[in-house]
Amino acid sequence: MSSKTNTGTPLIDMRDICISFGGVHAVDHVSVDLYPGEVVGLLGHNGAGKSTLIKILSGAYKMDSGEIYVNGERAEIRSPRDARRYNIETIYQTLALADNLDAASNLFLGRELTSPLGLVDDDAMESEARKIMARLNPNFQKFKDPVSALSGGQRQSVAIARAVYFNAQILIMDEPTAALGPHETQMVSELITQLKAEGIGIFLISHDIHDVMELCDRASVMKNGKLVGTVNVADVTDDDLLSMIILGKQPGKAA
Amino acid sequence: MTDTNEHSATRNRPGLVQRFMRDTELDTRLLGMLGALALIWVGFHVYGALSNGFGAFLTPRNLWNLSVQTASIGIMACGMVLVIITRHIDLSVGSVLGFCAVIMGITQVWFLPKLVGLEHWSIWIIACIVGMIAGTLVGAIHGWLIAYLSIPAFIVTLGGLLVWRGAAFLITRGETISPLDSTFKLLGGGPNGAVGATGSWIVGIIASIAVVALIIMGRARRRRFDFRLRPIWAEWFIGIISVGAVVGAVLLVNAYPWPTGIVRRYAAANDIEIPEGGLFISHGFAIPVLILLAVIVVMTVVMNRTRFGRYVYAIGGNPEAAALAGINTRWMTVKIFALMGFLTGLSAVVASARLGSATNALGTLDELYVIAAAVIGGTSLSGGVGTIYGAVLGAFVMQSLQTGMVLIGFDAAVQQVVVGGVLVLAVYLDNLYRRSSK
Repeated sequence: MSSKTNTGTPLIDMRDICISFGGVHAVDHVSVDLYPGEVVGLLGHNGAGKSTLIKILSGAYKMDSGEIYVNGERAEIRSPRDARRYNIETIYQTLALADNLDAASNLFLGRELTSPLGLVDDDAMESEARKIMARLNPNFQKFKDPVSALSGGQRQSVAIARAVYFNAQILIMDEPTAALGPHETQMVSELITQLKAEGIGIFLISHDIHDVMELCDRASVMKNGKLVGTVNVADVTDDDLLSMIILGKQPGKAA
Repeated sequence: MTDTNEHSATRNRPGLVQRFMRDTELDTRLLGMLGALALIWVGFHVYGALSNGFGAFLTPRNLWNLSVQTASIGIMACGMVLVIITRHIDLSVGSVLGFCAVIMGITQVWFLPKLVGLEHWSIWIIACIVGMIAGTLVGAIHGWLIAYLSIPAFIVTLGGLLVWRGAAFLITRGETISPLDSTFKLLGGGPNGAVGATGSWIVGIIASIAVVALIIMGRARRRRFDFRLRPIWAEWFIGIISVGAVVGAVLLVNAYPWPTGIVRRYAAANDIEIPEGGLFISHGFAIPVLILLAVIVVMTVVMNRTRFGRYVYAIGGNPEAAALAGINTRWMTVKIFALMGFLTGLSAVVASARLGSATNALGTLDELYVIAAAVIGGTSLSGGVGTIYGAVLGAFVMQSLQTGMVLIGFDAAVQQVVVGGVLVLAVYLDNLYRRSSK
């Protein structure tokens, strides 16, 4: 992974983002950006503010102040629907699946395929779901069962399929491998590499330094709601990242 | 990724029953409920036959009355399913029913006769519309309080239970509003409020055609997407059973004749001579039952084939996920409660028309029967699970128990004990079923 210099317009440019909950600055003047075909890791302790930052981008939270630019243009993201309109798709840590619905219903939730009469077309959705799942997880067969009947890996693949199906330009992955076995983790890694090659920008939230070192081009580290710094992964070591996370120190600055 | 076909490997040679269930794709819960209903019906009939020497339950007359008595609760149960699926509750439906009935009562007794004249053709239409709008508005207010002010549904509708009953009393000052418009009263059933033998056959034929059309269309759709088709014998089996049930229902309601007194008056009014053995005029389907059928069909389509229905289930399954998928969960809550209110208004039409008058006490305790019907019908109070047909079957179970106990002469106290016990037992059995099917 060469340390490439990003030129041109970033896919996503979040500037000076602030949000607080009851006086706590969960995200405090943070700026991050993301270029096409790039994977940016977001690192930090639990409660560092990375999930909150990402939920602002996906429309789940409304920021108090700051600006978001998508492809260089100012974007107003007030709801998950807005984010989807900008082709921002999110795989949440909780997966955000409705357990009582089947895979296809979850895949198309909020964007159902309808027949000319405006009725939900379950068969068309199942057919599409079969196609995308054949690509992502060829073993997947349980199309009729509610997702509560699926294994952790299968549920994860439904959540991933949902993000990938709708031609995402920007993909947010919040701990995508936390609940997975080694086999499935490998699958997700392959998927990330493949999506990256297609020019999709990915924000990857992870606890796992090795994941980040392997998959990411750059890493932004947060601590206590503030951005510690953004580094080219190729330029730093595991230990550098760790000290950023734990001590909140930029490598080379105060070290 | 390497071990393919785990699916087919685990399915090692199913037994005959399993294969039958798989091929027909019948819902075991539906079968269970139908079985319970059949057991109740036969049980009461046999008990009556043994202890009183006359089984009164499985007679056209009783079953016809049962269908009419179930209509009001059944209509509301269809709305309650949505409310409970989304993890809410509505304790106010009985009071809202009373309120809507009173509003419709004064509309057609106090106001409209002065404007358009007594028994004008438009009175029943305007009264119904006013009542259903009142119900919808009340429901929407409840929904708004729940969704936008974050007051728990339990509290909002508990308040509503008192508020709307009180409001109904304030409007009528405790008076009974009657007589209601005679066309309006037809909506409550009775010999005139039924569609007769020919009308019932028309309904039956339309229903049969619809069943066959659904089977054929379903098959065509599956073929279009290359999905597994049901074996032909299973399609035939389901078709014949369904059409058979429709025809059976038509024969049943047509086997219940008008009482002789009404026949005599009818014959006198229309200059018909009554033959030797008496004139046999069939009731046919009662209008409130047809209203209930229409509600079932529309609500089933809404729940299974519209985005609205899909979002109801999604919110029930995981409210947070629904919101993250871009569903406006608050506005959905308002719509769901408004729909509940609309159906309560419709139910008020049936209930007050059946009574022939409107009183502020109409619908007292209905909320409990409606909730019980939905829950007995398999609606899960923890959210996300429930069906329209289940709730209506639940209403039938409740009403069958009550009717049956009246027929064999249990007094009201015993009825309450049994109905309450059955509710608890039904939920327990449902839990067992859910656990074993997991």
